[in-house]
Amino acid sequence: MLAVSRSWLAVWRRNYLVWRKLAAESVLGNIVEPLFYLVGFGFGFGALIEEVEGVRYIAYLAGGTICYSTMMSASFEALYSGFARMHVQRTWEGILNAPVSLEDVVFAEWVWAASKSFLSGTAVLLVAIALGLAQSWTMVLTLPLAFLIGLTFAGMGLVMTAMAKSYDFFMYWFTLVLTPMMLLSGVFYPLANMPGWLQAIANALPLSHAVALGRPLLLGRWPEAPLLHVAVLAAYGIAGFLIALAMFRRRLMR
Amino acid sequence: MTVLAAHGIRKSYGGREVVAGIDLELTRGECYGLLGPNGAGKTTTLRMLLGLTDPDAGDIRLLGHPVPKAAREGRIRVGVVPQIDNLDPDFTVRENLLVYGRYFGLREAEMEERLPRLLEFAALEQRASSRIQELSGGMKRRLVLARALVNDPDLIFLDEPTTGLDPQARHQMWEKLRVLLRQGKTILLTTHFMDEAERLCDRLKIIDHGRTLAEGAPHALVAEHIEPEVVEVYGEGVEAWYRAEAQALSARAELHGETAFCYLREAAPAIENLRRFPHLRFLHRRANLEDLFLKLTGREIRDE
Repeated sequence: MLAVSRSWLAVWRRNYLVWRKLAAESVLGNIVEPLFYLVGFGFGFGALIEEVEGVRYIAYLAGGTICYSTMMSASFEALYSGFARMHVQRTWEGILNAPVSLEDVVFAEWVWAASKSFLSGTAVLLVAIALGLAQSWTMVLTLPLAFLIGLTFAGMGLVMTAMAKSYDFFMYWFTLVLTPMMLLSGVFYPLANMPGWLQAIANALPLSHAVALGRPLLLGRWPEAPLLHVAVLAAYGIAGFLIALAMFRRRLMR
Repeated sequence: MTVLAAHGIRKSYGGREVVAGIDLELTRGECYGLLGPNGAGKTTTLRMLLGLTDPDAGDIRLLGHPVPKAAREGRIRVGVVPQIDNLDPDFTVRENLLVYGRYFGLREAEMEERLPRLLEFAALEQRASSRIQELSGGMKRRLVLARALVNDPDLIFLDEPTTGLDPQARHQMWEKLRVLLRQGKTILLTTHFMDEAERLCDRLKIIDHGRTLAEGAPHALVAEHIEPEVVEVYGEGVEAWYRAEAQALSARAELHGETAFCYLREAAPAIENLRRFPHLRFLHRRANLEDLFLKLTGREIRDE
């Protein structure tokens, strides 16, 4: 059984304290990037496309944006920042000399990266509200969803971190996995127009399930089969976390 | 009272035995040195003692707790100074100590109370708000030591604590360690510096290829294995002198490169002899731990 002790919270707090020092810059980035995406694409494409699935394109896009922004922030945290703490700065090594286990450390990293997603999801939601794109109470549910999406992609991302020899390795994950996933998961356009085989692939991707939840919630609709989507996201996240933990153990505790 | 005990610990990587049956017992209040060339198995041994690497065989008790099973409980009363500084570069001196205290479950109030004493011990009171990048090598080392003391440990592991420090900083570090020993703390130290081991350690163990070669008090070990006097001879023609004279004068003599090492029970005859060879220079000294170390582990370079 997984032996995570209360110590994980001290490790989470350490990351939070570092974040707080640079919070202003970080929050600004969290807000500015989705703002430009929504304004640029929303009005640019919005002028060409009247409506998508019954809503203005910019409103359609907002639901996708909240999902891929949270995917990206968890991924950056778990890969680049996680690798810095594990390998470059040897922060984990110092922590492991205290009465803290590797399980505690990896669990804290997982939850921390999801917390970053939560923060970035909050920022996108505020932008969407400011632009008048989210008006129903269901939008509040995008926040726990942002955390869940964070767990999903942080879990998968930590597997990459556990394998990495240097930062360069992470390019593969971003260019070969996350970018294609972003283009295939209905963030920018409906999947219904794609060939069947592409739809089949898309249905297996976790981001599609995130979008299937995030978009209706932001637009004030109730998602179809919400439990299925939540289960898929959780399964990817938990599987990633457990595989990553086993790999970290082999790498660091040998 | 035994603070740390290990019996028959072993560890192999890919069929190569890195630690091949080491026994170790530390009594409260002593400074114990673990010496050996690069790749001798020191770091792996330390990792096993801390519960960071599972041994293939053997028993370990860290402050009474079985390791690795209850390593976390054992480490509650242990401090570690790692070989390479792993201070948190994002934090100030003060924050480094505070955050590290949380890993031991210390309350904020407790840490606030301990902080002034830790800063004073590390002589970093004026630097509490400095970033780590602004500290000198010696300051960083002192901070790592202070960080290892946040939990008021009974046992302190120091992995090459003075490597890379200048002589002033080394002497200061030794002074700090003596203070800790006076307070009754137990220290387990690895080092490459024989003078450091000779100065600090009550007892030491020399290991190589994962095995114990010798164990005991530094001076007793030297006396047991090495003749008391050493004359080192260098200069043009040292090889000819070595072949013609050295063996007859010394209890044991070796030629390494351009230097003849003569180990003697009585140095006067050799010095008398060397007066007849004015082109040779020599150094007469007492045998030390380094002589013993080189005798036991050999002189070839370990590139590992």
